[in-house]
Amino acid sequence: MPEELARLSRLSAVTMCSQSGASHIGAALSVIDILAVLYGEVADVDPHRTEDPSRDIVLVSKGHSASGVYAVLAHAGYFPVAWLDDYYLDGSHLGGHVTAHGIPGVELSTGALGHALPFGVGRALTDRLDGVNRHVFVVLSDGECAEGSNWEAALMAAHHRLGNVTVIVDRNRLQILGRTEDVLGLEPFADKWRAFGWDVTEVDGHDHGQLAAALAPRSGAQEARPRLVIAHTVKGKGVDFMEDKVEWHTLVPSPEHLAAAIAQLETNTTEEPA
Amino acid sequence: MRDAFVAKLTTAAADDPRIMLLVGDLGFGVVANFGDAFPRQFLNCGVAEQSMVGIAAGMAASGRRPFVYSIANFPTLRPLEQIRNDVCYHGLGVTIVSVGAGLAYGALGYTHHAVEDISILRALPGMRVYSPADAMECRAAVEEILKDPSPAYLRLGKNKEPLMHADQPDLSTGAPLLLREGVDVTVLVAGPIVTQALEVAEAAAEEGLSVRVLTCPVIKPLNAEAVRAAAEGTCGIVTLEEHTVMGGFGGAVLEAFAVRGWRTPILPLGLDDAATHIIGGQEWIRERAGLSTEHVHRRIRDFTRQAA
Repeated sequence: MPEELARLSRLSAVTMCSQSGASHIGAALSVIDILAVLYGEVADVDPHRTEDPSRDIVLVSKGHSASGVYAVLAHAGYFPVAWLDDYYLDGSHLGGHVTAHGIPGVELSTGALGHALPFGVGRALTDRLDGVNRHVFVVLSDGECAEGSNWEAALMAAHHRLGNVTVIVDRNRLQILGRTEDVLGLEPFADKWRAFGWDVTEVDGHDHGQLAAALAPRSGAQEARPRLVIAHTVKGKGVDFMEDKVEWHTLVPSPEHLAAAIAQLETNTTEEPA
Repeated sequence: MRDAFVAKLTTAAADDPRIMLLVGDLGFGVVANFGDAFPRQFLNCGVAEQSMVGIAAGMAASGRRPFVYSIANFPTLRPLEQIRNDVCYHGLGVTIVSVGAGLAYGALGYTHHAVEDISILRALPGMRVYSPADAMECRAAVEEILKDPSPAYLRLGKNKEPLMHADQPDLSTGAPLLLREGVDVTVLVAGPIVTQALEVAEAAAEEGLSVRVLTCPVIKPLNAEAVRAAAEGTCGIVTLEEHTVMGGFGGAVLEAFAVRGWRTPILPLGLDDAATHIIGGQEWIRERAGLSTEHVHRRIRDFTRQAA
């Protein structure tokens, strides 16, 4: 189920960016497997209960991956797939950064980086006060971990032992002007989060089985700590000429790029057969 | 005013479990009682204002009514983007409370002077802006804020401001509140600096100038009709605030009159466009930064002569 959701979403995201002249396709392809596993399998969310107070909360802090987020939500049934056709165009429902207003399934409008984790900590703290047993998932980009607000909220989540928070970092190692380690190094990244008191795991961010296992409910002492999943990903995943290329954060796929991408994405599944 | 705010919020919190008080590790000796009385409605977020406002937004999205409390510019300018995107973009019922606005923290220096906050906060969409002049207006402002689950900014002085009202005024229409009748010129004041306007009015009376003084604690939404009506029969309006004149309370009044084509003469008085390097208490800096009583008196006298 997440595999097909991811495949359809990649096809849609590339098409959306190409047709509308939008950037950020690399970031969308990078995060789509994470979103497909969250919305399609792990998170307790449902297109028919988007206002249900017991639903899990999924927050996508990397708002620039909007084409991927919207594609996953549409193919998961949150709103008509036809809405994707005029993404980023005048009068569309769907803009170039994730917007909550009128979009079922989106909990928080993002676009400026470093905003979703503090917001998620606020929701998780309230859930704890209310005795609400649900989970808050926050998807961060790796580049945005340079934002101090994330580390402020990381302190807060650990201090209050918010085991009901999981952050997934889309660790594709690229940002707008270069490699994360060249721009403003994050390593030792896992150690930083561990030192902040988080329960850290690392997975292949395109392996749905690994993602699902890392995002499953925990037990015991781990449960009392916020969880950080470093999802090692490839920016531009699924389209060979976009993979791990810094320029595909910004470039818009031409009609030729689109045709080549579709040819690859229609035949490939996101996971290689074992 | 600070104690009045905490007392009012304490009373409200007893009746409304949705009310939360979030502090950025400030309020020694002020907020502890609230925390003791309502531990489940109190959260010290540490010296981390961006996170604090984001957390408040998350709590508001979960149905709470958070009040984010700190001093000077710390709950406003530091987390400005969180206020704009997380709170205002989503229309959430978060209230930002700044204690010691204006020059109240005088000798602590310019970092602690909140003198651009009105301009900046009132530019945010849907943000209600309240600048009470005394404890009574402060209590009324808290009540107004709680009536509506939308973003609000409460700009407070520090403490021991003289009372301007015997009872809690009604702020529901946003109309200015008359403190002293006068027939020559109208002075509209936002905040505790109203004491200076009253001093000027007293001194002016001795020279035969009759000054009407009102406070206008509801800066946004500004009740422009009521502001105009408040000045009726006088030659014009002088606004007074402990804040830069650019975009502040006076700016709000000027805008409201200009867009309506009203021809009432208006003189905005406040701080100059300069970061102050003067060290001293609130009165000391006022004296030297364009807000001395003598200076304000002279400006009002000159304005009245020209406008009349």
